[in-house]
Amino acid sequence: MHNGCSAMKLNDLERAMHAGELGRVAQLALEHQVRVGEFFGAADFVPVTQAHVMADSESLGEAGVAWLESLARQGGRVRVPTITDPRGTDFAKAGILGQANWMLSLERRAIAAFEALGVSMTDTCINYQTIQAPTRGESVAFGDTGVVIYANSVCGARSNFEGGPSALSAGITGRTPRYGFHLEDHRRPTVSIRVSCKPQTLNDWGALGGVIGRLAGNYWAVPRVEGLETVPTSDQLKHFGAAMASFGSVALFQLPGITPEAYAGRLSITHEVSEAEVKALQASYAQTDEVDVVVFSAPQLSLYELRALAELCDGRRFAKPLLAVTSPQVKPDADRFGYTRRIEAAGGQVLSGMCFYQSYAREIAEARGWKRLATNSAKMVNILGGYGYVPLLASMEQCVEAAVTGKLR
Amino acid sequence: MREFIARHAIGNPVIGEALVADDGFSARYDLDRIAGVFSRPAHKLAGQSYVGKILVLHTAKGGVASAWMLHEMASRGVIPLALVFNSVNPILAQGAAFGDVAMLAGFEVDITARVPHGARVEIDTHSKKLIVLDR
Repeated sequence: MHNGCSAMKLNDLERAMHAGELGRVAQLALEHQVRVGEFFGAADFVPVTQAHVMADSESLGEAGVAWLESLARQGGRVRVPTITDPRGTDFAKAGILGQANWMLSLERRAIAAFEALGVSMTDTCINYQTIQAPTRGESVAFGDTGVVIYANSVCGARSNFEGGPSALSAGITGRTPRYGFHLEDHRRPTVSIRVSCKPQTLNDWGALGGVIGRLAGNYWAVPRVEGLETVPTSDQLKHFGAAMASFGSVALFQLPGITPEAYAGRLSITHEVSEAEVKALQASYAQTDEVDVVVFSAPQLSLYELRALAELCDGRRFAKPLLAVTSPQVKPDADRFGYTRRIEAAGGQVLSGMCFYQSYAREIAEARGWKRLATNSAKMVNILGGYGYVPLLASMEQCVEAAVTGKLR
Repeated sequence: MREFIARHAIGNPVIGEALVADDGFSARYDLDRIAGVFSRPAHKLAGQSYVGKILVLHTAKGGVASAWMLHEMASRGVIPLALVFNSVNPILAQGAAFGDVAMLAGFEVDITARVPHGARVEIDTHSKKLIVLDR
């Protein structure tokens, strides 16, 4: 049945929402989704089991927070489990970041509005490792490009990139327009890439993802990647996918024999990627060897990454600030297992529930005098140039050494 | 006068000056949203103001933040007049819908090669047309 106001096919519940029978907030949410669905030619909606909302207060600004508050005042509530991406601060460590009170005030207002809407403040971009990974074929509405590419590729779930307003709308209506990666036709590989390198460290995996992202080049491209000789770990695929999404806006990749949806048919190889391309991407960021700050973030660190970092910190004393950012789900275990204590004993800081680039990175740079930033995250080096940083990409070991000596070697 | 038809359109019609580059677009990665300029050094429009301009670019890039950021930029009036892409990702479409920004996407030709930088163009979202009015 077609609703008179929409080219999309709406069922009885959706027509009731569209007519305002389930409240003004559900109506606003569905209207937004219809506009987006019509833009992409969606025929109808697909129910989603969960939503994940990117909405740090730097992105929201006063206007976005006021909009959330207006939804809360109007009695809006989410219909399906709806969780959050990292926030714009760790309140306990805001002083270390040099964040101003107005930033924290805006964060508190956003959190209050989300809680009133029934959103669970998980504050994580690794929900597939810590909250609940979706299953093959499960339709979800995830924000954070790294979350989407992991869910689509590694889990075989179905999600488009859902920006904050759309992901929240999906949480409120329990559905999303059926276009893009909810459709079988868009999930077939469009480019076939053979790699001849053997990434070892997480920055290598991220750099490889970045190279493939640049080759793929746009959201609708689906790279099929052959030639990996080992089965990657979750953390390796986390960095691989997050960088691919960041450099190329890619939302789905396939690894034959590894990911659940790898296309079995024959495809001509369109690109070859050797170790030289991966090294070249990393070298392109090596504009200096001086380091002001070391940051491990983007994506948030898993328990195993924190464990590895703690081992590297033992017996060291940092001359430069070192920040390690994780999720509120991982942090208590890192505390219990002593990883936090070992990292902080060396002079580092373990932060929780935020992500560095989503936390007023430009203002942090100005407040703390941080410009030359070393990290093992390919995603983060791709982002931070626009914030005025000189980012450097290196292994976790090299970054820890740089925190000790002030130089990246 | 030259006309180009897009597959996708959203927002209201506008007329303005085109800022053209064979490069991508992400509000978080590429912009100083306070100053209203492209700030990523490697971007082909680095240092140029985007405020009130019709951006004609190759593709939408990167993160989901752009959906909120277009809305926030609109609230301060520090926003492009319209966005035009060869290829768009959902974030920019969602952001245009939320921030009420005109947008066209999906052309038979490389639109960045067909619209002169600095040209006066009309974005007719109703007929899904980009019309080059003059240089």
